Amino acid sequence: MSYRDITWQGLWENNPALVQLLGLCPLLAVTATVTNALGLGLATLLVLIGSNITVSLVRDFVPKEIRIPVFVMVIATYVTVIQLLMNAYVYGLYQSLGIFIPLIVTNCAIIGRAEAFASKNPWQRAAFDGLMMGLGFTLVLLVLGAIREVIGNGTLFDGANLLLGDWAAALRIELFSVDYPLLLAILPPGAFIAMGFIIALKNIIDQRRAERASKPVKEVTRARVTSQ
Amino acid sequence: MIAKSMQRNGLILAGFAVVATLLVMLTAKLTAEPIAREQQRELLQVLNQLLPAEVHDNDLYASCRLVEHSALAKQPTPLYLATRDGKPTAAAVEVIAPNGYSGAIRLLVAINWDGTVAGVRTLEHKETPGLGDKIEIRKSAWITSFDGMTVNGNDDNRWAVKRDGGVFDSFTGATITPRAVVQATARAVQTFQAERDNWAALPANCGGAEA
Repeated sequence: MSYRDITWQGLWENNPALVQLLGLCPLLAVTATVTNALGLGLATLLVLIGSNITVSLVRDFVPKEIRIPVFVMVIATYVTVIQLLMNAYVYGLYQSLGIFIPLIVTNCAIIGRAEAFASKNPWQRAAFDGLMMGLGFTLVLLVLGAIREVIGNGTLFDGANLLLGDWAAALRIELFSVDYPLLLAILPPGAFIAMGFIIALKNIIDQRRAERASKPVKEVTRARVTSQ
Repeated sequence: MIAKSMQRNGLILAGFAVVATLLVMLTAKLTAEPIAREQQRELLQVLNQLLPAEVHDNDLYASCRLVEHSALAKQPTPLYLATRDGKPTAAAVEVIAPNGYSGAIRLLVAINWDGTVAGVRTLEHKETPGLGDKIEIRKSAWITSFDGMTVNGNDDNRWAVKRDGGVFDSFTGATITPRAVVQATARAVQTFQAERDNWAALPANCGGAEA
């Protein structure tokens, strides 16, 4: 698979959140604001790249029958080590991202990529696949976070300074002020509903593209019919 | 044949498990000290916010002592005593609110010697993000609404959320969290009023005093 294909697969065609529907638990749990979505997205991206590289490097030593438990161990070790290191050396970031890190272990997108891609490809490609799948996941998180934050709170980038440092406090946009947050948008059911609309939108776009692409194909089939 | 491949796979799996465990253990050992240092720094920062330099001239972290009272927590809990010229001026005590929406909430309640609240901070909680987490100072100023208040007697009905007839706001969609915090803070203040002299007489035996 070429790098272009990997990019396309990760960002759109085989997007982990929209098409594979993997990692829904963390996705729905933390996308109440753009800031949280960005935090989880970045943390997932890093772990995904790391675990893909590791799985790809050990793939020749792992018999097929025990690959799943080995991958689980690799990912769990990776996440634990990253959590400890962040806790020790980037405490400020850990406090913002900390709650997302254990959630990453529950993200089946990571073991999914280990099994479907990293265990069959050299480490450079596996790393690139991790990057693209991670980006695809992060983009969906951001869209979902933005929708829920605007509908629920009337703001965007609320609390960005907790993640990015004090300068980011200026990023906060108040679109309209609400006396009471719209609970439906903030709670998980709202996330499910918004997620449904995003998937529907992607399917509509795909359908339009397929229709446009299939026009010349139709003429070819007609030619076949007359030949029968 | 099968026995052989089972043995081989078992050994490989065990090998990975050993390497993984070693890696985690090694990292845990290497990071234990910086993590403890960061947590101590964090605690000190909170302590200094609640008990500013004007009210004490001692090392708060070294003044730590474990106090035991069923109204605070099931286990003994650390109390930091602020003294000025050798006289106690205030104290900060860790309290557990066991009845949060999702589990216990750890609070640090600082109380002036006259029994008024100097400040409250949330140390640890698992409340719903976006709803119950407004008890964090970085999310909302709500937790400062205790500042300067005191508890009069055992049935001070101001110490409840507004929905229960008290004076403290609750958050839209989350009443249980602020209710738990208000009750725990009230318990801490009441217990302090009754026990403060006993507590001040205890020897320092935890935190910075341990080493």
